[in-house]
Amino acid sequence: MTKEALLSVRGLNVEYSTTEGVVNAVSDVSFDVMKDEVFGLAGESGCGKSTLIRALLRLLSSNGRATAAAINYDGEDIGSMPEKAFRESVLWKRISLVPQSAMNSLNPVYRVGDQVIEAIRAHEAATRAEARERVAALFDVVGLQAELMNSYPHEFSGGMRQRAMIAMSLALDPGLIIMDEPTTGLDVLVQERILRRIREIRAELSSSIILITHDIAVIAEMSDRIAVMYGGRIMESANVLDLFESPYHPYTLGLKNAFPSIRAIDSQLISIPGTPPSLIGEVSGCLFEPRCPFRIAPCARDTPVTENVGEFHQVRCLRHADVETFREKSTRKSTWHS
Amino acid sequence: MPDAFGISRPGRVLRSLAEHYRIIQGNPLGRIGFWVVALFLVVAIFAPWLAPHDPWEMQYDSEGSFASLQPPSWQFPIGTTHLGYDLFSQLILATRTTMIIGAVSGFISIAIGANIGLVAGYYGGKVDEILMRLTDVLYGMPFLPFVIVLIALFGRKLEFVILAIVLIIWRTSARVIRAQTISIKQRQFITAARARGCSDLRIIYKHILPNVLPLLLLYAAFNIAWSIITEASASFLGFGDADTISWGGMLYELWLSGKTRVAWWWFAAPSLCIVILVTSLVFVSRAYEEIANPRLRKR
Repeated sequence: MTKEALLSVRGLNVEYSTTEGVVNAVSDVSFDVMKDEVFGLAGESGCGKSTLIRALLRLLSSNGRATAAAINYDGEDIGSMPEKAFRESVLWKRISLVPQSAMNSLNPVYRVGDQVIEAIRAHEAATRAEARERVAALFDVVGLQAELMNSYPHEFSGGMRQRAMIAMSLALDPGLIIMDEPTTGLDVLVQERILRRIREIRAELSSSIILITHDIAVIAEMSDRIAVMYGGRIMESANVLDLFESPYHPYTLGLKNAFPSIRAIDSQLISIPGTPPSLIGEVSGCLFEPRCPFRIAPCARDTPVTENVGEFHQVRCLRHADVETFREKSTRKSTWHS
Repeated sequence: MPDAFGISRPGRVLRSLAEHYRIIQGNPLGRIGFWVVALFLVVAIFAPWLAPHDPWEMQYDSEGSFASLQPPSWQFPIGTTHLGYDLFSQLILATRTTMIIGAVSGFISIAIGANIGLVAGYYGGKVDEILMRLTDVLYGMPFLPFVIVLIALFGRKLEFVILAIVLIIWRTSARVIRAQTISIKQRQFITAARARGCSDLRIIYKHILPNVLPLLLLYAAFNIAWSIITEASASFLGFGDADTISWGGMLYELWLSGKTRVAWWWFAAPSLCIVILVTSLVFVSRAYEEIANPRLRKR
C-alpha cells in the first residue's frame, strides 16, 4: 500500500515563551500522512500532540511560535502561505479539525444546523437551502436525524455533539480531517459507536484522518500507521502491525505493557515509572533517558536521530540495534520497577 | 421541522422578530416593561397632538381665574406651574425630548462601548492597552465640568448634551464587555471557529457578540437609563437645551420657581416618569437575556 503523501511535515518546531523560560513543546517533528490512510498520533498527555496540530493549523496562542522546514499539502507549500490565503483555502476546505473536547466546540447561541451551514457558506457560494440539504445529508452520515439541526447545542448529549462536530468537519469534503481525542470523555458504548461511524465514513469517503489520542487501544484499532510522541518528539513511527508486533523504542515497549491485552488476560499490567520530562530550555540527549530501563551513558548526552529500521518504520533511539534484548526483557516487571 | 427548509431571508427575519416578541411576552416583568416603554414611545411620537394645551401658555381655570400652582384636577391632570402652565402638556412634550436623548445616546454609547470592548478584549496586547488606557482617562473625567465646558464651547443645544453624555457613558460598557469578551474568546468554540477559517471580524461579530449580547442589552438599558438621568441632572443644573423641555428641565424650572416644598405634583410627575421608564427598560433587558441565552428558554 504505497501511496503518495498528502500532508508532509519536515522539521517542525514549536516554542512557547513563558515566564519560566522557553518551552520546546515540539522539536524536529517530521512525518507524512498518505492519501486515504488513518495516521495515529499517540502519546501521554502533555507530549505535544495537540500543540503539533495547533501549529499545523496556525491556531497557536500568542506566546507560541512555530517554525518548520516545510509543510506541504498535496505537493503545495502551505507552510509559507499568507495568513488570509491559508484561512480561506486550506482551513476546513482541505484540512478540517474535530477539536479536543469537541463537545464544547459548538457555539451555544446558534442552532447546530446553522453552525454547519455557516461553515459551508463561509467557504462556498451555496444558497441557504442548498447548504441545508447538505447538512441534512451530513447528519445522516454521522447518524443524526435531520430534524436535529434545528436544536441548540445544549439540547444535545455529549455523543450527539461529537457527531455534529464530525459532520461539520466533513462539510466541505476535506482531504484531511484531524480528530483530536475524538472519544475522550465519552463512555465506552458511545465511544464504540463513534469509532464505528468514523470507520464507516472512511470507507465511504476518501479523506485521510489524523487521529490523536492517548488511548493506545483506540489508535491500534483505527490506524494504518502510528507515530508515538514523547516530550515533543516522534520517538517511533511504523505501520500499525509492525509497531505492535516488533516495536523498537523502549517507550513503545513500555506503552504496550501498560495496556491490557485480550489475548493475555492474566498478564500483569506494567506501568512506566517516572513522569514526562520538563521541556523548558535546551535539552540534550534522549528525553526518555531518565525513565528508560535500557539507558547507557551516551543516552544522556547524545540526542538520537531518526533511523530507518524497516519499511515505513523509523525510530529515534541510540540503542535500536539491541532491540532483541529489549523486547525480551521489557515484558518482565522487574526490568521497569527495580 | 421541514417547514424551515428554504425559507427566504425576509421570512427568517420576521420569524425571528416574532420569536423575540414571544419571549419578551413570556416573561411577566418583560411584558410589563415592554408595554410601558411602548406607551412612552407612542406618547413621544404623537406628543404635539396629545398635549391638550400649549405648554408655554398661561392657563385659566373654569371660573376664569389665573391657574397658578393648581394641584391635579380634571382640568389639569397633574396640576400647573407657578406661571399657570399646564404640567400635563409639558410632561408629554418632555417625554419626546427625553426619549430622543435616551434612544440616541443610549444607542451610540453602547455601540461605541461594545465595539471598543470587543476589539480590546479580542486582540489583547497593545490594542487592549491603548483602548483601556483611553477608557481610564475617561474614568478620570468628572462629568459635570466636562458638560459645562462642552456646553460653554458649543452652546446649549440638544446635540451637544447628547454628545457630552455619549462621550462619558460608553466607558463602563466598554470595560464590562471587554472582560466578557476575554472570557468567551478562550472557550473551545472560538478555537473551533478559527479552525474553520473564520476571520477575526467574523469571530468577533458572529461568534463573540451574540454571547455577550445579554450583557450588552443590559448595559444598553443601563446606558439609556443613565442618559435620561444624566440629561435630567444636566438640565436641572441649567445645562440642558434652552429650546426644548425635558423631564429634568421641568425639575429645573421647579427649582427656579422656589416652590419645591409646595408643588409636590410638579416634582412627582417627571420624577415618577424617569423611575418608571428606567425600570421598564431594565425589565425588558432582563427578559432579553433569554433570547441571547437559549438555555434559559422554556421548552
